Amino acid sequence: MESSSVFANIVRAPEDPILGVTVAYNKDSSPHKLNLGVGAYRTEEGKPLVLNVVRRAEQMLVNDSSRVKEYLPIVGLADFNKLSAKLIFGADSPAIQENRVTTVQCLSGTGSLRVGAEFLARHYHQLVIYIPNPTWGNHTKIFGLAGLSVKAYRYYDPATRGLDFQGLLEDLGAAPSGSIVLLHACAHNPTGVDPTIEQWEQIRQLMRSKGLLPFFDSAYQGFASGSLDADAGSVRMFVADGGECLAAQSYAKNMGLYGERVGALSMVCKTADVASRVESQLKLVIRPMYSNPPIHGASIVATILKDRDMYNEWTVELKAMADRIISMRQKLFDALSARGTPGDWSHIIKQIGMFTFTGLNTEQVAFMTKEYHIYMTSDGRISMAGLSSRTVPLLADAIHAAVTRVG
Amino acid sequence: MAGFGKAMACRQHVRTRLGTRFMSSSSSSWWQSVEPAPKDPILGVTEAFLADPSPDKVNVGVGAYRDDNGKPVVLQCVREAERRIAGNLNMEYLPMGGSVKMVEETLKLAYGENSEFIKDKRIAAVQSLSGTGACRLFADFQKRFRPDSQIHIPVPTWANHHNIWRDAQVPQRTYHYYHPESKGLDFSALMDDIKNAPNGSFFLLHACAHNPTGVDPSEEQWREISHQFKVKGHFAFFDMAYQGFASGDPDRDAKSIRIFLQDGHHIGISQSYAKNMGLYGQRVGCLSVLCEDEKQAVAVKSQLQQLARPMYSNPPVHGALVVSTILGDPELKKLWLKEVKVMADRIIGMRSALRENLEKLGSPLSWKHITDQIGMFCYSGMTPEQVDRLTKEFHIYMTRNGRISMAGITTGNVGYLANAINEVTSSA
Repeated sequence: MESSSVFANIVRAPEDPILGVTVAYNKDSSPHKLNLGVGAYRTEEGKPLVLNVVRRAEQMLVNDSSRVKEYLPIVGLADFNKLSAKLIFGADSPAIQENRVTTVQCLSGTGSLRVGAEFLARHYHQLVIYIPNPTWGNHTKIFGLAGLSVKAYRYYDPATRGLDFQGLLEDLGAAPSGSIVLLHACAHNPTGVDPTIEQWEQIRQLMRSKGLLPFFDSAYQGFASGSLDADAGSVRMFVADGGECLAAQSYAKNMGLYGERVGALSMVCKTADVASRVESQLKLVIRPMYSNPPIHGASIVATILKDRDMYNEWTVELKAMADRIISMRQKLFDALSARGTPGDWSHIIKQIGMFTFTGLNTEQVAFMTKEYHIYMTSDGRISMAGLSSRTVPLLADAIHAAVTRVG
Repeated sequence: MAGFGKAMACRQHVRTRLGTRFMSSSSSSWWQSVEPAPKDPILGVTEAFLADPSPDKVNVGVGAYRDDNGKPVVLQCVREAERRIAGNLNMEYLPMGGSVKMVEETLKLAYGENSEFIKDKRIAAVQSLSGTGACRLFADFQKRFRPDSQIHIPVPTWANHHNIWRDAQVPQRTYHYYHPESKGLDFSALMDDIKNAPNGSFFLLHACAHNPTGVDPSEEQWREISHQFKVKGHFAFFDMAYQGFASGDPDRDAKSIRIFLQDGHHIGISQSYAKNMGLYGQRVGCLSVLCEDEKQAVAVKSQLQQLARPMYSNPPVHGALVVSTILGDPELKKLWLKEVKVMADRIIGMRSALRENLEKLGSPLSWKHITDQIGMFCYSGMTPEQVDRLTKEFHIYMTRNGRISMAGITTGNVGYLANAINEVTSSA
């Protein structure tokens, strides 16, 4: 006879708001449906893309019969870690040359953020993190579960559909000294609104004067402007002043490695000795979470980054993805202008990266899903990567209808 | 054994605080007071081994399989699966719960090919980051939904079990398991601990090939344990990291789980493909929880996903593809079963060889436990001091609890190893 379950009272959790969009999309039987939900790149033909250079790297790995599948060290693949640090901080970064950077391989951006957050919760003295409003939905859960108290700083201005710079400065200025501040390195998710270089400099000065600890989330390096160096500008600006920071890197989008879960957490410290001790403590966070990170994706990245030809090939393919997205922005803006859709839509071409914060409200979004089978997150965020020349007119029609017919 | 057997009630995170210092001035670090962490006892052994220049060195530390030449092995079925996968598929995100196909095949291994529980969709299951990830997800789940519960852990156990439940903030108790005098199971003390635990306690059980001792209950003993669990209403969480790897027969190695299922327990299982498919660094595993009905399984799965999302969002695709490619193809699956048996048989052969060598050397001690124990590890019974001598004098590396990884033994080094063990255990 069976005993009853100890988990009998558990209720079903709500769908993840972002991943739930794809679930709903998959259930829709309309032939015209369009998925502008989760931020995964699509080609002009609407297909997922594996970069050629990634396929080449993977083939090399498979063909190398000397390769084994042993456990990586807790901190991951050493080559990968070094190369990742160089990628984001710059090969000539003094912090790297002085051995002040510790880098650990983690499970994409999510894993890097979580490991960093857990480390902070154990070793930092000010257990509060300020995150921009709005931000990627998973940020709050990651930091909260790690034991940090989560507060918001003003970021997006719905009136301008741009940066609320004054609000940002006020809120960070009012934060208790030592607070951690989450910064999107580039291509802010979900708004696509980034500070200018001048604004970044002001942010940096303010943060350093108040002793606020920067924690960068870099999920789109190279993917935003097409230039790896330009997209790392904000991070390098902070590192250049000699101060400390954390940086979470993801290769999900810029190398198309999504499901392989490849990322890195770097901690830039004052001294090499500190960096070494910090690394030893990071291991204590990782070991009881998953012991050591998965080898496959990191091996692909290391193969590409360490070979000059493959690296160059990658930058070309990366720029092509970024350029396609930029052209989709232009096409959508042009299509809305052509239809005379009410409102100022210039934010579509001013915002940067994978996402556009359309400014549509939840009713309008629901309308577009119901009437036009267009799927996006309810905050009006659309993934530009999901658009093609063929589908832009459809989207423009839907936005036009939503804006003119729904409140 | 020192270190692993301490009873742990409630252990909190160790926090290092800077106290009143709060400004990172231009010269000081936020992390000035961060202590260097102690080295992981298991992984630290391999580091030390790699650093040793001696040509005679032997690594019987970390539990990764080696062939008779002491080389790591990639299974043929795995190479073939990778050939098929490479260049053929995209790398899109898996769902939060991982590869559905891989999870389906994995549940068949644990619950049985024709399990009614699978048919009735009563199992909440998600792909996990190998065994560690499965245990951690379950521990987090236990903390969230049974916050007043504790976990009962055998003495000794894999050291990382303590870390996992500690970081999940679930208080720990221990139960008797290993009997040092007999180098076997302390069955009566184990049963006493089961009886004395409060009703409805959560227990961690090693399904087969107990790590680090290699000591498993017999089938009859498992039946008694299961019966007593019913009487007490305990929850059984099985860590199965060595299915197929222990006896060479996956169904046989899952016997403990099958007994519990027959007796009507709603169990949880952590499964790993690290050893039995040699996928170590790919981090492939599965966490499952048997529920009352499909509705509850859906609810539990959704909650497990809620815990995975802020940890890594979704699990890595490559290793899961390898597993589902192999298990989904009858020929590849057959090949895999053959290769698993080869690994298990080699280890069983090395157990016999080590024992024979020691007996031939005229060791006065009994080494019967070497062949009584099963799986990757042998709990030799050597003291930390004897282990240190093995390392210093003979360049033999193992963890200080006297645990020998049998997979590190070869026909080439078994004589050397036996001689060294005999030396350090014969002298005062």
